[in-house]
Amino acid sequence: MKEYIDLLVSDYTLQIITLGTAVLGALCGMLGSFAVLRKQSLLGDAISHASLPGIAIVFLVLGVKNNNGLLLGALCSGLVSAVFIKGIISKTHLKSDTALGIVLSTFFGFGMLLLTYIQKLPNANQSGLEKYLFGQAATLLASDVWLMSAIAGVSLLVVLLFWKEFKMVLFDADYTKTLGFHVKFIDTLITSFIVIAIVMGLQTVGVVLMSAMLLAPAAAARQWTNSLAKMVFLAGMFGAVSGVLGTAVSASANNLSTGPVIVLIATLFVVVSFVFSPIRGLLFKQIKLWKNRNDLKLMKTLLFMYNLVKDHENVSHPHKIQLLNNFQGYTKKSLKRLQAEDLILLNKSDWSLTKKGFHTAKNLYTHQ
Amino acid sequence: MEAKIAIAIDDLTVAYNYKPVLWDIDLQIPEGVLMAIVGPNGAGKSTLLKSILDIIKPLAGSVTVYGKPYKKQRDLVAYVPQKGSVDWDFPTTALDVVMMGTYGALGWIKRPGSAQKKQALEALEKVGMLSFQNRQISQLSGGQQQRIFLARALVQNAAIYFMDEPFQGVDATTEKAIIQILKELRKAGKTVIVVHHDLQTVPEYFDWVTFLNVKKIATGPVADIFNDDNLTKTYGINYKASIAEGTL
Repeated sequence: MKEYIDLLVSDYTLQIITLGTAVLGALCGMLGSFAVLRKQSLLGDAISHASLPGIAIVFLVLGVKNNNGLLLGALCSGLVSAVFIKGIISKTHLKSDTALGIVLSTFFGFGMLLLTYIQKLPNANQSGLEKYLFGQAATLLASDVWLMSAIAGVSLLVVLLFWKEFKMVLFDADYTKTLGFHVKFIDTLITSFIVIAIVMGLQTVGVVLMSAMLLAPAAAARQWTNSLAKMVFLAGMFGAVSGVLGTAVSASANNLSTGPVIVLIATLFVVVSFVFSPIRGLLFKQIKLWKNRNDLKLMKTLLFMYNLVKDHENVSHPHKIQLLNNFQGYTKKSLKRLQAEDLILLNKSDWSLTKKGFHTAKNLYTHQ
Repeated sequence: MEAKIAIAIDDLTVAYNYKPVLWDIDLQIPEGVLMAIVGPNGAGKSTLLKSILDIIKPLAGSVTVYGKPYKKQRDLVAYVPQKGSVDWDFPTTALDVVMMGTYGALGWIKRPGSAQKKQALEALEKVGMLSFQNRQISQLSGGQQQRIFLARALVQNAAIYFMDEPFQGVDATTEKAIIQILKELRKAGKTVIVVHHDLQTVPEYFDWVTFLNVKKIATGPVADIFNDDNLTKTYGINYKASIAEGTL
């Protein structure tokens, strides 16, 4: 750990890469929230895969490996695929998963075809295009990071400006339309920024894993909050932290490929969130379930006691614990808990209902 | 005296694919009525609402609101969609949803402030949901969710209200509360149009009714036209048996 920090302080390249992956993670987390809430998680996957042919075509036409040029190609290709997907969904009766599947595999297949063709070209300067498949954070330059930061800034501004429009379209698009808002414009704005975020990540994470960068932080963030603003903020944080940690791990452990490490760490956030979040986490849900069941058992015991004594003149008259033997809900522990809650009194081998216990049991049926 | 016409629909035809869902609908809705749209499943009731509101593009026909095209009169119209049309697990609160009713008057980019919050709280109080304002919407019951949707429309303070099945999946108390509010709206001179499923409550709740089954079968005061003849024309010969079986 200390070694890594020393390295980070001294190594300019590592600083650039760390900053780049952090900005990328924040950008993807923020915009990914919108993709997740629109139930368009797979849209990001389709678009990132579909950007491959754009990269290859730009390379074939220009014959250079100018990073920004290639990303522009990816952007065009991604946007075209998004138009295709939306077109297929609205013009045919195919469901969106089918449309996404068709477009994803067709574009990606075409991209792979072009990539293999390029590799067989005799004297082309072709090496290095494969990095867009799985990403190579090491190739990030300061200028790339500046571009990323600028785009992240613009996205943040757009999200803040159109916050209420975004929220309303995400929740209820039809209603938004009746208020006179141009839903298609808002929709296109959201999708465009998602595509831009994807393209920005291609160099670092690659077309294959890019969608995880978009979805994992958002899915994790959803577990911790019921507020959209907090969710978007948290998703950005999770994304940024995944980027930083991923870069750290890959830099200190034999240069593991950065993209996959970042994605794995983002996924770790998802797993931890699904288990440990207090609102929606599996663990707390399970604990709550047990607690409820135990409370119910306790009340059942109390009710059984109530039925035994309700016709007596003195309802607090003590009875032998043996009387409860043919009732399975009680244990010594549960009797002690009932006593702790002032519902019964225990005295050696006897129990008696308190006034409070009697009334609690009596009213069990009536209020839900 | 003739009442003013709130909504006039001319030759409205809607088709999703090849088959028309609505065929050549002519309909005039007078101002100040509380109207039910009834018809069997697939009769195009929701579609009629959505095409009036320009959510669905009709094949042909026109809709005017107080004599002008709907697009110019949006601020006079409020819409309560079907409860099931949105994801109630969306991360937001009851108050936040009701606030959306103020967004139309606010317009683009402007943020809601304390004036909007006050309006939303008033609407929440009207539907008896004030104490639930900070509740996450997924933790509301079906009836409470419906009240939230109604409150969101009330905030718009419109002249005409469209509601899609507001009584579906709600408890009896909510149903009574909602119909009470609708009757108050009518008393205030508003026009309320409700897609309705339960034929038995039509005479009790509404004063105007439209029978719809792809075509318009009949429209007019409940007292005049809510009869066996029109019910048979809309639902087919066995409608009584279907009501008895509860399949309608």
